[in-house]
Amino acid sequence: MSNELITIIPVVLYLALSFAVALWARNKSASKSSHGFMEDYFIGGRSMGGFVLAMTIIASYTSASSFVGGPGVAYRYGLSWVFLAMIQVPTTFLTLGVLGKRFAIIARKTNSMTITDFLRARYKSDAVVILCSVALLVFFMAAMLAQFIGGARLFQAVTGYPYIVGLVLFGITVVLYTAVGGFRAVVITDAIQGIIMVVAVVVILLAIINAGGGMEECMTTLKSIDSGLITPTGPSNAVPQPFTLSLWILVGLGILGLPQTTQRCMGYKDSRAMHDAMVIGTLLIGFIILCAHLSGALGRAILPDLPAGDLAMPSLIMELLSPFWAGVFIAGPLAAIMSTVDSMLLLVSAAIIKDLYVHYRLHGDASQMPSISIQRMSLICTAVIGMLVFFAAIQPPDLLVWINLFAFGGLEAVFLWPIILGLYWKRANATGAVASMLVGVATFITISITKPAMGGVHAIVPTTLVALCAFVAGSYFGRAPDGKVVALFWGEQQ
Amino acid sequence: MKKQTQDWRFAQANKEALFSLGAYALYFIWWFIFGYGMGDGDPEQYSFVWGMPEWFFYSCIVGYPVITLFIWGVIRCFFKEVPLEDEALDADDDGQTSADSKKGNVA
Repeated sequence: MSNELITIIPVVLYLALSFAVALWARNKSASKSSHGFMEDYFIGGRSMGGFVLAMTIIASYTSASSFVGGPGVAYRYGLSWVFLAMIQVPTTFLTLGVLGKRFAIIARKTNSMTITDFLRARYKSDAVVILCSVALLVFFMAAMLAQFIGGARLFQAVTGYPYIVGLVLFGITVVLYTAVGGFRAVVITDAIQGIIMVVAVVVILLAIINAGGGMEECMTTLKSIDSGLITPTGPSNAVPQPFTLSLWILVGLGILGLPQTTQRCMGYKDSRAMHDAMVIGTLLIGFIILCAHLSGALGRAILPDLPAGDLAMPSLIMELLSPFWAGVFIAGPLAAIMSTVDSMLLLVSAAIIKDLYVHYRLHGDASQMPSISIQRMSLICTAVIGMLVFFAAIQPPDLLVWINLFAFGGLEAVFLWPIILGLYWKRANATGAVASMLVGVATFITISITKPAMGGVHAIVPTTLVALCAFVAGSYFGRAPDGKVVALFWGEQQ
Repeated sequence: MKKQTQDWRFAQANKEALFSLGAYALYFIWWFIFGYGMGDGDPEQYSFVWGMPEWFFYSCIVGYPVITLFIWGVIRCFFKEVPLEDEALDADDDGQTSADSKKGNVA
């Protein structure tokens, strides 16, 4: 058997497993009513336990960049970039802890399945809902495309098969299992993908330390290449302190503005699940991020002269692992990519079916439509969007690639303050939410394009501040939210 | 307007959110002090633990299990299990919340 074929075996096995999960999930959700079906398809009947919840938050958060992009930069900048990556450790406990039980309780009270549902119940505003849905569609499509391209390129680099083969293999898999299995399939494949990611990073890190002759030897080699590789600010201060510190804002607050992650906080079974997930999630995400980035940094000691950082992980895999283990490793980043794409795909589908179609065409009453047509529509919608992204990835359009540069910050600018302040500030109203979304996105894009000198501070820091000011100003300018909303969201009896 | 009584679960949830932010701040301080504090000098002068520079070992390798343990402890001591569904509360409630939630559905 040729090496290419052996490499691809673990990948194919793993993809087949994802299908099996989707079919199982489909049988599991045998709900009859239209509403029951949507609750199942889009949020899994709110039945996630602690382990699955932790895994799905990690998996929807970690993406191609955690396995290829990030370690690639660590290859160039050494331990400073591992140090910077560790900022992401609090992701899970912070998201779950800050949104917390309030968010879960209110999501149940208002019957919210998506962030848009939640914002609609809080602000009672079509402008807020439509802006959210549009932002979600545009930024998610661009982000999914970037994930597809990243995955297919990695597949090509490691297995030697053409770009299109990789794209077809995992692109079709992810679209199909998401469309068929819905949320349940997404979170269970996420859990499997999380486990695969853990195995993958351990395999590659051990292989690298082994090849470098032990940790001490690796560090000595790094120091002799450039002593900056083992400092917290990188070679010739390439990773300045203000930049690193501003990532605390981007990651710490930013994560609360990512709808694919925050939506998870509506779907857990009970408060016990949330407690468990905070611990398990922190433990695992720290492990994955540490191992992956340390691999990239130490990889410099093994293959010191690669022309580009992005080649670091694929080259190390081919150099150090046997074809079978290379296949196991490649399943790791593919899993990270697929688990990000599947959550986004489902949310885009939910935005179209639930937030827009059911709400505006059926006036919020899904039972007007027979359950079977809602099912068919959801499935087709998910599949069509997935295929659109898939075809776009064959010949990536410049516009979407360009939009993707703004996806992460753009999502944060749109969703962060409306979610947080909607949950914790009684005076927050639709005027404030709309103002913060528009001003936030505009600020982020302007700063990202014009790149004014800010001493290394990331564009997201001023964006977050400006959006906050716009929110507060808008809220005081507009009318206070009515008593019913306050009663619903603060649980107060009048 | 009468004095309003807040849902007791929300008071608990607010406290837990503050604990989470506190843990975030603590992790930041740990990471910052060991990272920039120990790593600021000349790389030639670094001392090493298990083959890794001291600053890196303490801020990254040790820091993250420490914060995980801390979170575990905080949850054990200060987090409470609360019912997430309103039905569980209806026994000691006048039904106002569930009436409101129906309005929420339509909206």
